[in-house]
Amino acid sequence: MESSPAVAITGVQKQYGDTTALRGIDLTIRRREFFGLLGPNGAGKSTLINIIAGLVRASAGEVAVLGHDTVRDFRRARQSLGVVPQELVFDPFFNIIDMLRLQAGYYGAGKAAWPWIDQLIERLELGPKRFAAMRTLSGGQKRRVLIAQALVHKPPVVILDEPTAGVDVDLRRTLWEFTRELHAQGHTIVLTTHYLEEAEDLCERVAIIDKGAVKIVEGTRQLLDRHPFRFLRVKLSGAALPDALRRLVVSEKDGEVELKLERANHPIGEVLDTLRAHGARVDDVHTREPKLEDIFMEMTRSVSSRA
Amino acid sequence: MDMNAEGLRAFTLKEVKRFWSVLGQTVTAPVMTALLYLLVFGQVMEGRVEVYPGVSYMQFLIPGLIMMSVIQNSFANASSSLTQSKIMGNLVFVLMAPLAAWELFAGYLAASLLRAGLVSLALYCATWPFVHLPIHSFLQLVGMFLLAGGSLAVVGIIAGIVASKFDHLASFQNFLILPASFLSGVFYSIHSLPDFWSNLSRFNPFFYMIDGFRHAFLGVGDAPVWLCFASTGGLFVVLSATCLRMLATGYKLRP
Repeated sequence: MESSPAVAITGVQKQYGDTTALRGIDLTIRRREFFGLLGPNGAGKSTLINIIAGLVRASAGEVAVLGHDTVRDFRRARQSLGVVPQELVFDPFFNIIDMLRLQAGYYGAGKAAWPWIDQLIERLELGPKRFAAMRTLSGGQKRRVLIAQALVHKPPVVILDEPTAGVDVDLRRTLWEFTRELHAQGHTIVLTTHYLEEAEDLCERVAIIDKGAVKIVEGTRQLLDRHPFRFLRVKLSGAALPDALRRLVVSEKDGEVELKLERANHPIGEVLDTLRAHGARVDDVHTREPKLEDIFMEMTRSVSSRA
Repeated sequence: MDMNAEGLRAFTLKEVKRFWSVLGQTVTAPVMTALLYLLVFGQVMEGRVEVYPGVSYMQFLIPGLIMMSVIQNSFANASSSLTQSKIMGNLVFVLMAPLAAWELFAGYLAASLLRAGLVSLALYCATWPFVHLPIHSFLQLVGMFLLAGGSLAVVGIIAGIVASKFDHLASFQNFLILPASFLSGVFYSIHSLPDFWSNLSRFNPFFYMIDGFRHAFLGVGDAPVWLCFASTGGLFVVLSATCLRMLATGYKLRP
């Protein structure tokens, strides 16, 4: 089992009546990896996470967490996994400390887990609220309790489903620091997020899922490096953009145009020469390398146009 | 069979703490309701009816009221807890935990029985100074309490699994549990009914629960004790098998 991946997903399909949510997902998340699961709304990310967590049953295929099948060996699979759900769910009958102690109990840890729970409460800055009823907490505090709940049993694999949705800047930074710490301590982290710059900063590898299928799985750096485009933003005066370059425009704002250039076919110098040859004066110029967001947009758009 | 003993303990404790935190609503209120029934029906009927020789109407009524409270509270506890967790979304904490179907079943069952037991005990103690209620067979009393309370807790779990809003649960409670428990011989012996209604009552499983429980106190009843136990025990087994199957397959809980 030591050699088993953190999460192994094999041929997972999910059908809801006539709707296909997942069309045969194969994905391996390595141990101690910081992995990003990206995709537009409705792509099937949450369904996949719910199948890993045992909240939804796959129509076909298998999932194993650290080598433990999530159906046949569900106890060990769930023991190895901590999931921070996307929705701010809470039990209104309990305060923070009781909730966390009960939650630790579900995973077989009794009083032995209490010192760890105290550490979690302090680390997540919930100390003054430890006896506060769940319903009296702010959204950010509830989010932090959800994270603590996912970690009470010290799971080797942690899944965070959109943990920073609706969270203020300060808390977002705290959450990422904490997540980095967990990763540094040896936890496998699986993250879904709508903030692609977060995935770019944090994740070693990403999978892009769209319409229930995995579009690509690759190292974040390699994906960015391999991307054959870069972007050139120019401010022009004197003449309009020549037609030859018009098809490369990705955005136009306040007199500036951004062009998407193929590294191999559109050297920047050549583009600037073309502009000048057509009588345009280049007042300002700015280049940027592609971001994960550009790749994401391109991949999900190309899938959409094929569908 | 492998077992997550600490997990089962924690889950049961959570279910107990849930109803304990609103004790006024979950225990005091049903005791008050039953005492009001006792006051009204006891006053009106006392001296007018002698259901069994040597048994006063109050002695006849109290075991029935206790069992009616067991029926209603066992059902209410499991069903409202599960439905509320589903609607609030916090059921995921339990569903993601390494708890087997039978452990969830056992946790809901134990908490429901404890609540029903507390209501029963409170009712028995509250009536103690006014009515002398003999106990014919303690074993029979505990046995019928466990089987009847258990059956209704299981119906509660099933209703909680099936219901997707509180309205469904209220329908279950108002159109099934409440009429069936009222029309089961709590307030009268079915022998005093016209033949048609008396025969119909024999198809009501609550009748056997109440009659068997009453027999445990008084040593007399409308139906043979073995039939009361066979009916309630059989019901418990069938309901439990159905419920465990639902929990194990994730019916409506793990779509």
